[in-house]
Amino acid sequence: MKRIRLPTQRASTAQGRRVALQQPLLLSPAAACTAKTPALAPPARRHAGSLSQRPDAKHVSFPGAIKSAFSNTLRFEQPSTYPALATYRAVDQHGVAVDPSFVPDLADDAVVELYRDMLTVSIMDLIMFDAQRQGRLSFYMVSAGEEAVSVATASALEKEDVIFCQYREQGVFRQRGFTLADFMNQLFANRKDPGKGRNMPVHYGSKELNIHTISSPLATQLPQASGAAYALKIQRMQDPSIPPRVVAAYFGEGAASEGDFHAALNIAATRSCPVIFICRNNGYAISTPTLEQYRGDGIASRGLGYGIETIRVDGNDFWAVREATKKARELALQDGGKPVLIEAMTYRVSHHSTSDDSFAYRARVEVEDWKRRDNPIARLRKWMEAKGCWDEAKEKEARESIRREVLKAFSEAEREKKPPIRSMFEDIYEDLTPDLQEQMKALKRQIEQYPDEYDVGEFVEGAGSLGR
Amino acid sequence: MTGRSIRSFSSVMARVQALQSRAVASFQSPQQPHGRLYSTHPPNAKLNLPTDYSTTPLLAHASQTALANPELPPEARNGTTKRMNLFQAVNDALSISLAEDESVMIFGEDVAFGGVFRCTGKLADTYGGDRVFNTPLTEQGIIGFAIGVAAEGMRPVAEIQFADYVYPAFDQLVNEAAKFRYRDGTCGRGVGGMTVRMPCGGVGHGALYHSQSPESLFTHIPGLRVIMPRSPLQAKGLLLAAIRSNDPCIFMEPKILYRAAVEQVPTVPYTLPLSKAEVLKEGTDVTIISYGQPLYKCMAAIREAEEKLGISVELIDLRTIYPWDKTTVFESVRKTGRCMVVHEAMVNAGVGAEIAAAIQEDPDTFFRMEAPVLRVAGWSIHTPLVYEAFNVPDVARIYDNITKILQY
Repeated sequence: MKRIRLPTQRASTAQGRRVALQQPLLLSPAAACTAKTPALAPPARRHAGSLSQRPDAKHVSFPGAIKSAFSNTLRFEQPSTYPALATYRAVDQHGVAVDPSFVPDLADDAVVELYRDMLTVSIMDLIMFDAQRQGRLSFYMVSAGEEAVSVATASALEKEDVIFCQYREQGVFRQRGFTLADFMNQLFANRKDPGKGRNMPVHYGSKELNIHTISSPLATQLPQASGAAYALKIQRMQDPSIPPRVVAAYFGEGAASEGDFHAALNIAATRSCPVIFICRNNGYAISTPTLEQYRGDGIASRGLGYGIETIRVDGNDFWAVREATKKARELALQDGGKPVLIEAMTYRVSHHSTSDDSFAYRARVEVEDWKRRDNPIARLRKWMEAKGCWDEAKEKEARESIRREVLKAFSEAEREKKPPIRSMFEDIYEDLTPDLQEQMKALKRQIEQYPDEYDVGEFVEGAGSLGR
Repeated sequence: MTGRSIRSFSSVMARVQALQSRAVASFQSPQQPHGRLYSTHPPNAKLNLPTDYSTTPLLAHASQTALANPELPPEARNGTTKRMNLFQAVNDALSISLAEDESVMIFGEDVAFGGVFRCTGKLADTYGGDRVFNTPLTEQGIIGFAIGVAAEGMRPVAEIQFADYVYPAFDQLVNEAAKFRYRDGTCGRGVGGMTVRMPCGGVGHGALYHSQSPESLFTHIPGLRVIMPRSPLQAKGLLLAAIRSNDPCIFMEPKILYRAAVEQVPTVPYTLPLSKAEVLKEGTDVTIISYGQPLYKCMAAIREAEEKLGISVELIDLRTIYPWDKTTVFESVRKTGRCMVVHEAMVNAGVGAEIAAAIQEDPDTFFRMEAPVLRVAGWSIHTPLVYEAFNVPDVARIYDNITKILQY
């Protein structure tokens, strides 16, 4: 590992006071990266013992708060005296641009394609929700109301960027190239499912699209995203021919209560990781409303606490989300890498999942009001119609053709066989352990001895995959 | 627009259905995870049939059967019963605790509206939001909070929404709850008032993160009492005992039984003994030890084995998985000479290993053994969605192992 030894450095305080560092710095690889642009580089490592408190200083020089001015007023900060962080909008709910500096950076056909991605997700959601109700698959989660957050953020990322999702980001998969067949093969856990039939529905994953496979536990993906971002940063340091890459990590406001969320932001900040944390604040964690989830100013305020550049955006505004993510990606790659937090405000129009009936804890009228008031798909449609690149006929045609495509993929995937039974024992370890080989044989013997007791017909090769 | 989409979709779906002429499950209540069961039984199966909870002898279908339970206190035996499923019995025990003891409080994710499995239904309305409330979504926070509540002398009942999600709370459970009294020494404080409830086990379609049965991770920790009830009557008595117990208790509820297991449950408050196994059925040739849902499969396998092989099998419900009732188990195994342990969790380093080791360490029991102790358990894998029927112990595998243990 390369280490760079620098001569004695100076660290500056807010007031321009200079405190000489006593020791030459042995820079970590992270710092080596920032050292390329010394003007912007924050001090790579503060040595507590090197900060001296000058007599009559007006600022604290404790190692834990080097820019804090002394105050002679005994006063506790009141969160309520700070205004809530603003929510950025580029386009209002009527589809009219409200940010005077906003210039759409996409050609009409590109916008239409992204709109179709949102539409596809929303139509697929309706069909699969009903299919679950009919017993055709065990579980489903829709993302109604949150299509813009997924599709617009994804549209501002590069294919090489690495993504960690929570579980309600089918729009990210769709935008990056997940086909309807890909969705359906996973949902029906058939032989074409890369998850080999092991995971619950909606736990998609794609190596080709650089999206890690979804894991049900909440927020576990967030510190992983910090680590992955650090890996990308180090890899580019070691091989500058690799294009600059960021990690994007999605989560809900409920997941932000998990310890892992806090760990993720803090470690990403301290190690200057190029990661974009994207919060879908949809108002509910299953039944728990945000009022019982937190008392601060949303999730955005926490980014500031961790020293992370943060923006809150209107999650129903496709353009605001896209613009914010584009800028966030730029920021994340500046200064050798740093984390950025986006809090996208949305509303979970749907039930949490097919296992949930949200009218047990919220009024129908609340949901109906939201649907009527604003909707990310309707808003972008209004914008497109005003622009003249969309109309009722196109809408009708798009909805009908998407529905046909979804149903075609649905029935094809449902007909496919399940993966070989052997898959249940594989990938626990890199190789099948002697224990697992024995267990596989035992299962084969059991099935052969009691053929009427096991249904192996829908699996590729039946019991044959368990060994000859 | 949305409504139109659903209606027009339905007709298309009907055509797809007709085309494929597949059986379609009836609409189920959206209150709990459900839907397509990947573990449906094969058409010609004689052993691996769905458990018939309406006839199983493990549930008290009649009031008299429930009241005849000798472990019940006289006031329960002389009282009335009510038909309840497992989540209603849990709810009943929680309600009794809140009513009889002001120091009891109940919290966790989504408990205020009744919990995702309805175990805490109406409790917030009845007993108020100060003692029954939602927490933010943080398992380590919930358990740490419960430890603090208990350390100051109250009796928290914390809910973890799924056993699969308890791991962020492991530090609090292993390093704090289990060690609290030990490290405090003569200072004498403890967190024994704490009970942690969590749904566990497979339901047929829970896959990696809604199926786990992590009891052996807790039975390895001295200081925690680990309990798993098999039925509504048991759940009420054991949960009340756990809440009143002065040791921290992990109360694991097999979620497949929440609605499926229905029986007559005494209406008055009662406790059932912790760390005491129960002989559910006496027998002379083989002892089967299990707990939770697999007991029903054991019962079906035993019926078949007794009929086909002319033998008699003893069935023991461990109930408290640690500290466990060695006396009852050893006595039984000394009598039968053959022992099999059945659990859903993976076989490696599981509860079966502990029981088998204890049996062979006890000279009086070991010398009576006619065969090695067998374990019938989940394979050493995670719980995969479409293969669950091949992973959890089923009636045919238990039956097959009974024949094996007899042939040894």
